[in-house]
Amino acid sequence: MNKKAIEITEQSVWQDLTCGCEIYEAGSSRLTLTGEWRSKIPVWDAEKCRHCMLCTPFCPDSSIPVTDGKRSDFDYDHCKGCGICFTICPFGAIEWKEVH
Amino acid sequence: MSIRDRMSGNEAIATAMRQINPDVFAMFPITPSTEIPQYFAKYVADGKVDTEFICVESEHSSMSACIGAEAAGCRAITATSSAGLSYMNETLFVAASARLPIVLAVACRALTGPININHDYSDSMAERDSGFIQIYAENNQEAYDNYLQAHRIAETADVRLPVMICEDGFITSHALENIELESDEDVKAFVGEYNPENYLLKEENPLAVGPYGVSGYYMEARVAQAEAMKNAKKAILAVAEDFEKTFGRKYGFFEEYKMEDAEEAIVIMGSSAGTAKAAVDELRAEGKKVGLIKVRVFRPFPGEELAEALKNVKAVAVLDKSEGFSANGGPLFAETASACINLETRPKMIDIVYGLGGRDFTVAHTKRIFAHLEKIAETGETGPVYIHLGQRDAREEVL
Repeated sequence: MNKKAIEITEQSVWQDLTCGCEIYEAGSSRLTLTGEWRSKIPVWDAEKCRHCMLCTPFCPDSSIPVTDGKRSDFDYDHCKGCGICFTICPFGAIEWKEVH
Repeated sequence: MSIRDRMSGNEAIATAMRQINPDVFAMFPITPSTEIPQYFAKYVADGKVDTEFICVESEHSSMSACIGAEAAGCRAITATSSAGLSYMNETLFVAASARLPIVLAVACRALTGPININHDYSDSMAERDSGFIQIYAENNQEAYDNYLQAHRIAETADVRLPVMICEDGFITSHALENIELESDEDVKAFVGEYNPENYLLKEENPLAVGPYGVSGYYMEARVAQAEAMKNAKKAILAVAEDFEKTFGRKYGFFEEYKMEDAEEAIVIMGSSAGTAKAAVDELRAEGKKVGLIKVRVFRPFPGEELAEALKNVKAVAVLDKSEGFSANGGPLFAETASACINLETRPKMIDIVYGLGGRDFTVAHTKRIFAHLEKIAETGETGPVYIHLGQRDAREEVL
């Protein structure tokens, strides 16, 4: 029986992996936290942000959530720290900090 | 009822492909490709198959297109040779680890350099760790028969691995020989339809193929793939058994030729086995207890079975038609020697690298090898283990 990605973890035995590591459901990347790759981190300043929506489409990893036309804080579980949002922001509302 | 015909190995394999009528054939239409896609292009043009025939810009792309097609749920095939196979290298590993049962025909030829287009196993042996099943043919008939068995082996549920059907470049691929073909209907009935459980174009089931596997998963994925290769042994024998029942020709992991009471034996692959058998016959007529094992399946390697077949032999020469540059012998020797390492009594074993880049291999060569083995068996002294045969040499030759 083919297991769903959500049922497979780093504790799963090899027999429980799917053939060829195929994934049988959509959106499974949400299950894998990849934010730990970062060496630098973008920090959002809600005061300076004008919600111009320039950062969101530039984010290569959908890590800037938007609700009703307004962005909220970064999804640090998936942000890789590429810095594009910091570079693109016209209002200086994103700081670019070292990870400690 | 078999149909008697005469044709080259390339045409035999192309004929098998036509009879199977796969969904997709992705191919690079220039040398070092083989004549196989050329024959197949004619079948497409003549309306004898309804295969999607994709001409791509490289072998890296032809295997990539096969990967995409197979993942989409198609039966996908291609053919290549020599540097073309090398250019596929990266994608061969992708196909195998994604567990896509693609079938690839290879006319085995030398790799550069010096530049050479003739036969040896430099190309296919370089891909021995790619995760492809590798099946080798002695002649046109075997190339055809191996191809007819390939899809069923590849598509076996607990295997799901790609298969490389190897014929000897020029010697088998271009030489015309007599052959027994099977009827289109019988081939179609034997090979059957491909019905994968999951595939990209299956609407009701979203599927992702070839995901990222961090170190928390990679080891498990590789173990699963290694187990699939072990399972392939059972599938190869099961398909061979049904093939024999259906068409009457018998196949196994290897062929044992006059091995019953053999004291000296050679382990060999491909067309050279035909030459070596002639030498075995002549030596048997002189009362020599000599035999031969022709390895048909190199991946998965039938180590236990081969060790069992060699355990009572006194001296063995393994013949490698590719130079592994290990300074310790070729790939067939490495596998055969390691297969025998835990035998209670094991034969003395040497490696002979021969026939590189199309260098001739003759009955006389084989007899020299057996004379050398007889000496080893008598004295119990193995002497030099890693020997080359057939080259011009300023040093005194070992054989």
